Amino acid sequence: MEKIIQGKAYVLGKNIDTDQIIPAEHLVYSLSDPEEVVLYGTYALSGVPPEQGGLPEGNIPFIADGEVRSAFTIIIAGPNFGCGSSREHAPFALKVAGVKAIIAESYARIFYRNCVDGGFAIPYETAEQLNQVIKTGDELKIDVEANTIENLTTKVTYKLNPLGSVFNIVEAGGIFAYARQENLMAQS
Amino acid sequence: MAQTITQKILAKAANRKFVDVGESVWLNVDILLTHDVCGPPTIDIFREEFGSDAKVWDTDKVVVLPDHYIFTANEHAHRNIDLLRQFAKEQGLKHYYDVGTDRYKGVCHVALAEEGFNLPGTVLFGTDSHTCTSGAFGMFGTGIGNTDAAFILGTGKLWEKVPESIKFTFDGEMPAWLTAKDLILQILGDITTDGATYRAMEFDGEAIFSLPMEERMTLTNMAIEGGGMNGIIAADKIAEEYVKARSNKPYELFQSDLDAQYHSKYHYNVRDLEPVVAQPHSPDNRATVRSVAGTKITKSYIGSCTGGKLTDFVMAAKILKGQKVSVTTNIVPATVLVARSLETEQYEGVSLKQIFEDAGCSVALPSCAACLGGPADTVGRSVDNDVVVSTTNRNFPGRMGSKHAGVYLASPLTAAASAITGKLTDPRDFL
Repeated sequence: MEKIIQGKAYVLGKNIDTDQIIPAEHLVYSLSDPEEVVLYGTYALSGVPPEQGGLPEGNIPFIADGEVRSAFTIIIAGPNFGCGSSREHAPFALKVAGVKAIIAESYARIFYRNCVDGGFAIPYETAEQLNQVIKTGDELKIDVEANTIENLTTKVTYKLNPLGSVFNIVEAGGIFAYARQENLMAQS
Repeated sequence: MAQTITQKILAKAANRKFVDVGESVWLNVDILLTHDVCGPPTIDIFREEFGSDAKVWDTDKVVVLPDHYIFTANEHAHRNIDLLRQFAKEQGLKHYYDVGTDRYKGVCHVALAEEGFNLPGTVLFGTDSHTCTSGAFGMFGTGIGNTDAAFILGTGKLWEKVPESIKFTFDGEMPAWLTAKDLILQILGDITTDGATYRAMEFDGEAIFSLPMEERMTLTNMAIEGGGMNGIIAADKIAEEYVKARSNKPYELFQSDLDAQYHSKYHYNVRDLEPVVAQPHSPDNRATVRSVAGTKITKSYIGSCTGGKLTDFVMAAKILKGQKVSVTTNIVPATVLVARSLETEQYEGVSLKQIFEDAGCSVALPSCAACLGGPADTVGRSVDNDVVVSTTNRNFPGRMGSKHAGVYLASPLTAAASAITGKLTDPRDFL
């Protein structure tokens, strides 16, 4: 697990649901074939209405035309991130697009589980309304051990909630890695 | 220690007498459900993590019901079905309901009920957010992703955090113009889309227990729209009758202890409620139908696990008999059984199917169809600036296809009444 995560912020509002993260029409590409997998990156966050993407300005696409990865690797969002469907394609698409961490005020349960157990972007929670004070494009630095996030552009540091009981799974890289580590994979 | 019904079921699945709210426990899984969209990636992870020759933990406990992208020319969608078929064959899965055969069932959550897989006291995980539907049978049902499902396929277990519960009590006698859909939309307006996150939504009260099973399913189906981990109604004689008619398997009845602790409680009397909609673009954006009546619509959609069951179509037929729709109206039976019932079930001497056809509706083949948009050729998919009144479960931007469309979630009564006038219409105008 990386001790420091640094990257540009992409700021979103509240209730970003799984249809916005990866619209249902794209749920047909293979998640293992390398050629098709890139499509998940291409279409990540393509369901967000344009004026709501890349706050506070808006109209900043997450993926530039013709690209498959995003210039933004840390997502900052409001409450209830990932609400809606159980599709694991959602956190997967964000990972393929290059997202390393998500900082949201809160998460919907299934999305949170998928992020943790699937070893996708680290889902941090914070009590602060970071999407009100961080701008899309700001350079951010997460200190995993200290549970802080520093906005290098504005020189302000904020506290992140500790990962708590899911830390071990996140650190191991997902539920399978964790279960192997703890000898939990014995089939009955 | 006093426990809620959800705690008791999870305790049993964890081989414990008591479990604490907030505790993470390992559960023995009774059923793992998957479908055509999430099945293939789940299978890939299973093979990768357990080996290409690995066998699922128990072939009797895996249920594969393709239902999402079925009646489409999309090649990728066909590929997903092929992958499921291949896996089912390799593993010797008895409960695989293949597309293009007479085993095909339709929408998974409704089929699970019809085929007798829902047993009180059991634990169900499904690769679909509406797995909470099954909680109407006094069991624990919740949605998970591909990785968790693959883990269950190999081990038969999964970890879960024991949730606290919110209780919703509905007293009074249900009037003819009020439906379970109106009740859940009422709740969502009160708690919002994250009001029940990581919590169990428990429903009781005389109005709830007066509902037939399919109406109870509509209620628990939309627990996820409040962020709920699961929705649950204790199984009573009505539930037992439904279950016993479809399964010989053992089941266990649980009730919440009278002194069980709840996060919060909501109390309603159904005589104080009226038909409601969830306006674009959120399931919690509630308004009474009366307050938005007259809003022009371009389509009416009656279908999905939420609103495509026989009970839903009986409601719609009551309104549509002898009438003509003035907008495109899609009747999408959830399952093959429901589709057949449209032909045999009658209202005032006419089959439901005939009523719908005479009214000018289009009756589609059973599947999830346009509830979630689907491939471009999906029947009922929203286009451009469509304004749809729908019996489905979510209306976030782009949900039914077009990013520029607006979806009003409503009861089958409201969807039917609105189809006739071409505007949002309170069903009391027709009843």
